[in-house]
Amino acid sequence: MIQLQNIRFGYTKNRNIFDDVSLTMEAGHIYGLLGKNGAGKTTLLKIMSGLRFPTSGTATILNQNAVLRKAEILQDIYFLQEEMYVPHMKIESFVKAYSPFYPRFNHEQFNEYLREFELDKEFGYLDKLSHGQKKKTLIAFALATNTQILIMDEPTNGLDIPSKSTFRRLMASAADETRLVIISTHQVRDLHSLIDMVAILDNGRMVLNASTYEITEKLLFDVDNTKTTEGTVLYTEESPRGAYQVKENVHHIDSNLDLELLFNAAMNNKNAIINLFK
Amino acid sequence: MGMDFNNTQAIYLQIVDWTFEQILIGNLKPGDKAKSVRELAVAFEVNPNTVMRSYEHLQSNEIFLNKRGIGFFVTDDAVEKIKTLRKKKFMEEDVPSFLKNMKLLGIDINEIINLYNK
Repeated sequence: MIQLQNIRFGYTKNRNIFDDVSLTMEAGHIYGLLGKNGAGKTTLLKIMSGLRFPTSGTATILNQNAVLRKAEILQDIYFLQEEMYVPHMKIESFVKAYSPFYPRFNHEQFNEYLREFELDKEFGYLDKLSHGQKKKTLIAFALATNTQILIMDEPTNGLDIPSKSTFRRLMASAADETRLVIISTHQVRDLHSLIDMVAILDNGRMVLNASTYEITEKLLFDVDNTKTTEGTVLYTEESPRGAYQVKENVHHIDSNLDLELLFNAAMNNKNAIINLFK
Repeated sequence: MGMDFNNTQAIYLQIVDWTFEQILIGNLKPGDKAKSVRELAVAFEVNPNTVMRSYEHLQSNEIFLNKRGIGFFVTDDAVEKIKTLRKKKFMEEDVPSFLKNMKLLGIDINEIINLYNK
């Protein structure tokens, strides 16, 4: 559904953020896009959605070049940015003004999502709401657009504890085989049960793009060799509860994917991870 | 409903275990229709593909029967099948670690036999 081929990009002439990024993303999955601050996650999402043009290489979305920004493509993609822009409007007028851009926008769903988030249409102007309330309104709007591609940059930032749970519930019910959801995040604990594909970006290239299934087939997450002593250890983190390890899964043992540990392993032992998932 | 997942076991297997429990305590009986993949995904706040993987696992172990287009149903001999699976796991995983601890702490087998017979 999204193909990035040999993307090169930089905001300034002498420093590229991406030298050669290639990546394919398919419908029916919720991707977690991970990377350190400044790794270029937001930039990559902007290139996918046609908001930034690559210096070279192509971004193909729904079989069209993203730079063409065709209306038929843009009506099928929603990008919830981390830095939200909301106009000086009440919810009702906001929906009236923006929903016509999305042919499959569902007003009943939107109202239902607002209720789930304990938001009221009678609240005042959008730009006067709290950060979390703005975010929840836009998440409800994003889901109600029913676009094939839904991109969310740090959606759980600023959400209170019950709202995070509501967010996961809504996402679980909205995910289906026709939809591609990409969530860029640092809040891996909020989302680890929700995502089924992990994409890790570092230093201008993709370190990993694999399903959680494939990851736990190839890697074993263990503490103090409890599950097995065999398999090359790729990363260890000492803690009072023992040594947390990421190692090669030589005996096909099932373990629980620990996203933080995986991320740290990918940062500290990049080449081993890249080779393992080639 | 929500679910507190532990950190050691794959989430799909924790959902399998939860289903085992539901059947063993009789909340879900042979012949009953299981919750749909989406319903359970929403209840547990997990990816529907994860629940699908749990259901496929239950199907391959003949705990669930997939009636195409209708849903998943509990098989007639699900309870016996679960007990067999649980016993195998108990003997292969719990007993060895139990025995290891016994040896480590120098506990005599007769102490355990007395406890068992109480």
